[in-house]
Amino acid sequence: MHVPDGFINAPVSAIAGVGAAAAIAVSLRGARRELDEKTAPLAGLVAAFIFAVQMLNFPVAAGTSGHLLGGALAAILVGPYTGVLCVSVVLLMQGILFADGGLTALGVNITDMAIVTTVVAYTVFRGLVKVLPRRRSSITAATFVAALLSVPAAALAFTAIYAAGGTTDVPLGKVLTAMVGVHILIGIGEAAITALTVGAVIAVRPDLVHGARGLHAPLKLRVGGELVDAPAPEPVPAAARSTHKVRATFIVAALLLAGFFSFYASASPDGLEKVAHDKGIDTQEKKHATEDSPLAGYSVKDIGNDRVATGLAGMIGVAVTVGVGSGIFWAVRRRKGSAADATPTAVPQTEKV
Amino acid sequence: MTSSAAPASLEVSGLAFAYPDGHQALFGIDLTVGRGERVALLGPNGAGKTTLVLHLNGILTGGAGSVKVAGLPVEKRNLAEIRRRVGIVFQDPDDQLFMPTVREDVAFGPAASGMRGAELEARVHKALERVGMAEYADRPPHHLSFGQRRRVAVATVLAMEPEILVLDEPSSNLDPASRRELADILRALDVTVLMVTHDLPYALELCGRSVILSGGTIAADGKTADVLADEELMRTHRLELPFGFDPRAAAAKA
Amino acid sequence: MGAGHAHKLYRQAASPVHDLPPHCKIAAVFLFVIVVVSTPREAVWAFGLYAVLIAVVAGAARIPAGFLLKRLLIEVPFVAFAVLMPFVVPGDQVHVLGLALSKNGLWGAWNVLAKGTLGVAASVILASTTDLRALLLGLQRLKLPSLLVQIASFMIRYGDVITDEMRRMSIARRSRGFEAKGLKAWSVLAKSAGALFIRSYERGERVHLAMVSRGYAGSMPVIDDVTATGAQWRYAAVLPASALVICLLGWTL
Repeated sequence: MHVPDGFINAPVSAIAGVGAAAAIAVSLRGARRELDEKTAPLAGLVAAFIFAVQMLNFPVAAGTSGHLLGGALAAILVGPYTGVLCVSVVLLMQGILFADGGLTALGVNITDMAIVTTVVAYTVFRGLVKVLPRRRSSITAATFVAALLSVPAAALAFTAIYAAGGTTDVPLGKVLTAMVGVHILIGIGEAAITALTVGAVIAVRPDLVHGARGLHAPLKLRVGGELVDAPAPEPVPAAARSTHKVRATFIVAALLLAGFFSFYASASPDGLEKVAHDKGIDTQEKKHATEDSPLAGYSVKDIGNDRVATGLAGMIGVAVTVGVGSGIFWAVRRRKGSAADATPTAVPQTEKV
Repeated sequence: MTSSAAPASLEVSGLAFAYPDGHQALFGIDLTVGRGERVALLGPNGAGKTTLVLHLNGILTGGAGSVKVAGLPVEKRNLAEIRRRVGIVFQDPDDQLFMPTVREDVAFGPAASGMRGAELEARVHKALERVGMAEYADRPPHHLSFGQRRRVAVATVLAMEPEILVLDEPSSNLDPASRRELADILRALDVTVLMVTHDLPYALELCGRSVILSGGTIAADGKTADVLADEELMRTHRLELPFGFDPRAAAAKA
Repeated sequence: MGAGHAHKLYRQAASPVHDLPPHCKIAAVFLFVIVVVSTPREAVWAFGLYAVLIAVVAGAARIPAGFLLKRLLIEVPFVAFAVLMPFVVPGDQVHVLGLALSKNGLWGAWNVLAKGTLGVAASVILASTTDLRALLLGLQRLKLPSLLVQIASFMIRYGDVITDEMRRMSIARRSRGFEAKGLKAWSVLAKSAGALFIRSYERGERVHLAMVSRGYAGSMPVIDDVTATGAQWRYAAVLPASALVICLLGWTL
């Protein structure tokens, strides 16, 4: 699942990077609201947990085994914001330390595996919990469905990104069928393991399951009692409000992405042609073979100023989008700084960044 | 026990506390620890020892009674100063050592109170020197042995130059040599020590005075040798000496 | 992650590359990879030159070729994907050894393999010449939000502790005669995962307690910082700058 460098072209990678950065900025604010000054140690430990649990192999059949991706698990156990942060940090570290997932593809990987899985899983989960009767078994069922859908959703997101910026035009239909098909299978495993794991946590420490908070009286605090005076649980309205905000942000990000994707898609005719191939009207495909590529128009024999221009445009595009990305980070941090009176703990944090 | 004009390191009076779930852990504690004293806090599991410790630096508050550290009441507005004055060494050094290197971990406390630069370096070096770990400054904590980690944990607290050092089970999980090394270090320190422990010989070795906490109240307070020798008292509070250990003989030898 | 892993990743040595400040290295590698990704795939020679650049840097960093090559194996799943490309991509066919391969697919496979491999190699050089602590300082210096750096720092600190706990739980399971076989094992393994989560979360709370006890009030004190001189920046910039020249040549030639 970890996309390497060169799989998705530079401009689309950069856009995905900006989108990921924006989503992380939102999550940083959200997580601080959820966990306050405990954010760093708790999210860090949960990230370490996700990292560890990805190494836990679940036997499937005939000697093969699978492992957990963890996006849905993180979202349901610690909430969507902290979940996004934890999985993103895991991906960041995997990219830098283990070269697992390309550095330029970091945005793609985070969008795909940290954001899409977490948001889809949490949205589905909250929706189901509202509808189902308030029982523990409902939590397990909702977890199952949420995790099940989160994996093919990530595959779908990947296909969309590939459609916009894939460096090789494998027919979209094939990518979609392969990705989603395989990932529905993976999703079933993910769903079963996630549901069992959440069920195991609920049986022992129901207060720790973020997604199940509504099920318990607010005074149900630390059971062992020996550690801390537990903070009052998150009031429900606050959670609802924050979900709205995050939803709005994601929609805006999605619109921006979609706008750019479609621009790209329409700029090169390959999208349409791919559909044509799939529908079997590809009798003259040989004539179009070279035009089919994202580099359509720049065949090897025909190098001109066009090529330089596009190359430069690509590079400038990367630079601009990186600039915009940092700009968003700065803006968010400024805002955090100016909100000093409201959230005193956030201030020193932002100052020394 | 206490003397001199300086305020006692620790004054606890009438402390009672119930957890939010209604479980009451402390039922009126009165305890004074003079400056420079080393006191062992003994008691069975569930006696309220940890609850008491967490009151000393204001992590738990809101019950009845008061706690003063060197004359300063533990209240919300004093918390920063209180936490500098009360150094708690927790039982699991892995919880205590959360920074990437030993040096940064020891520097964390002083740096959090605003210390920087050469002064900070000097403070870190001195604290590590006192526990004999100066040459490990740049190691990551997880590359150290358990005993070394415990010593670094003590250093992280010493670096804050606390008024009182509170140790939660300092000898647990240590091999005999590490246990003795830690005792030597603790004996050489010139700070007030409150030591929560189940290790009764260790208490006898290090602390002249012992306090038994049982059922949320102080059940006994006296010379460690006397407390440990009182078989009736010990039995009532589920305290047991290791097989063959004679506190009177040990005290006489020491 | 953790100690065992970390040791294998980082190779202690005295080299000019090791001595560079971490943020210079991270920036250089990142820019290098961006340049590589932006290079047209038809400029085959450009990728050859990039590989030479990487080899030169690896040489300067005293990284043995065998080590570098072994670490490239992380790419294998995507190699499999790339190998499929010539078979599934439509377009002009070429016949090699009796197999009908798509030209476009071959280019695509080449593109992914070349760029992916160079990216992995660059990251491997970064990770093997920069220890974990320095990487975090570098990210902090590069203005990654400090909360993210802190989360990463806690993750690295406790990655070990938690994988150790996981290992102990696995030993405990096996000591009681449990073998992870088939779907029936899932419930048991998931219970372990749940217990591991609870332990991790509770440890997070205890760590927070230890932090608060030493005066933590929501912000990490900056204890270490890294700085770089202009000369160090220029030295680090050699890699992406030469790559950029190659890339621009690749677009024009």
